[in-house]
Amino acid sequence: MSSLMMYVPIHINGAALRRLMRFLVSVMLLSAIWLNNVNAGPVDIFQFKDETTKLRFQLLSKELRCPKCQNQNLADSNSKIAVDLRKNLYNLLQEGKSDQEIIDFMVYRYGDFVLYRPQMKKQTLILWFAPLIILLGFIISLVVVLRKRSKVKASELNLSSHEQTNLDDILNKK
Amino acid sequence: MKSIIRFIPLILFVLLGALLYRGLFLNPQAMPSAMIGKPLPKFELPRVKSEEQLVGRDDLQGNIVLLNVWATWCIQCKYEHPYLLNIAKDERIKLYGLNFTDDRNAALSWLKQYQDPYVFSIFDEQGALGLDIGVFGAPETFVIDHTGIIRKRFAGPINDTVWKREFLPLIETIEAEMAQ
Repeated sequence: MSSLMMYVPIHINGAALRRLMRFLVSVMLLSAIWLNNVNAGPVDIFQFKDETTKLRFQLLSKELRCPKCQNQNLADSNSKIAVDLRKNLYNLLQEGKSDQEIIDFMVYRYGDFVLYRPQMKKQTLILWFAPLIILLGFIISLVVVLRKRSKVKASELNLSSHEQTNLDDILNKK
Repeated sequence: MKSIIRFIPLILFVLLGALLYRGLFLNPQAMPSAMIGKPLPKFELPRVKSEEQLVGRDDLQGNIVLLNVWATWCIQCKYEHPYLLNIAKDERIKLYGLNFTDDRNAALSWLKQYQDPYVFSIFDEQGALGLDIGVFGAPETFVIDHTGIIRKRFAGPINDTVWKREFLPLIETIEAEMAQ
C-alpha cells in the first residue's frame, strides 16, 4: 500500500504543455540555424594578392579532391596532404597560373581522382550522358505506354452499327 | 513480345544488383598512381646527411631504383624499416630514400638509431619532389626502371608478403626487359 501512498500525480494542463512544446520547437529551430552557420573547415592563413585570387582559391579548393581522403575536398580536409596541396594551390595562384593550368598540374600528379567534376573524355562519356539517356528512355517508354492506352480506349468506343443507331436515337430524341 | 517487356524491370534490377554487389568488394583505398609510365621529374635537393651538396635525378644510379618515401612522423615507416634494411642487401636494386616534409635533426637521429638502408636520402623539407611524383602520404615506394620511367607506386609499409607479391615480379620483368 505504501507505493500507492507515494504516488504523486503530476498535473500538466493544456496551456503549459503547449508552452513547453513551443519552447522545444524554438530550441530545435534555433539550433538548426546555428548548426548551419558552423563552418568546420581547417584554418590556414593566406594573404592573397587580390580579392579575385582569394575567390578562385576558395572555388578551386572546393573543386579539388583530397587524394588521400575518400570523400573530402581540399578545403574541408585537415590531412597532411590536403594542407600541403592547399599551400601549393596558393603558390600556383600567386604565380598567376590559370585555373586550367592548376587543374592540369594536379591531374598530372594525382590523376583524375582529384577532380570532383570529371573531365569530358572517352572513359567518362558514360558518366556525363547516362542520366540523359536514362531520362530519354523513360520519356520514350512513357509516350509509348500512354499512346497504347489511348488507342485501347478508342477501340473500346468502336460501337456496332446497332449500338450506334441506338445512340443516335437517344441523342436525337430531344 | 509482351512477356519480354514485362521482364525488363526485373532484368534491370538484377543487372543493377550485380553491379552494386561487385562494388561491395572493390577496395576504395586502392588508387593507381597517375605517375606510372611517366619519367621521374627533375629535382634539385640536398641530402639528409649533407646540407650543401645538391642531388638530382641523375644521381639516382642503378638499373632498378627503389625510391622509398619516409618521415619520422610516419609510424608505419618505423614498422617497415627493418625490412628495408633487408631489401637493401638485394643486389638487383638500389634503394634511395625520400625524406618527406620532415625535420633534418629528427631524420638524422632516426637513421642513426635504426640504421640507414638507403644509398642516400633526399631531404625534401617542403615536399616539392613529393608533390611532383604524386605522394599522398608515407610510406610509399616507387619503382623506377633502367630508362628512368616510374613503373610502380606502392602505398603502405613493405613486409615480406608485400615484397614477394608486389615487387619481385616487377623486378624480374624489368630484368627481362634489360636483357633484351
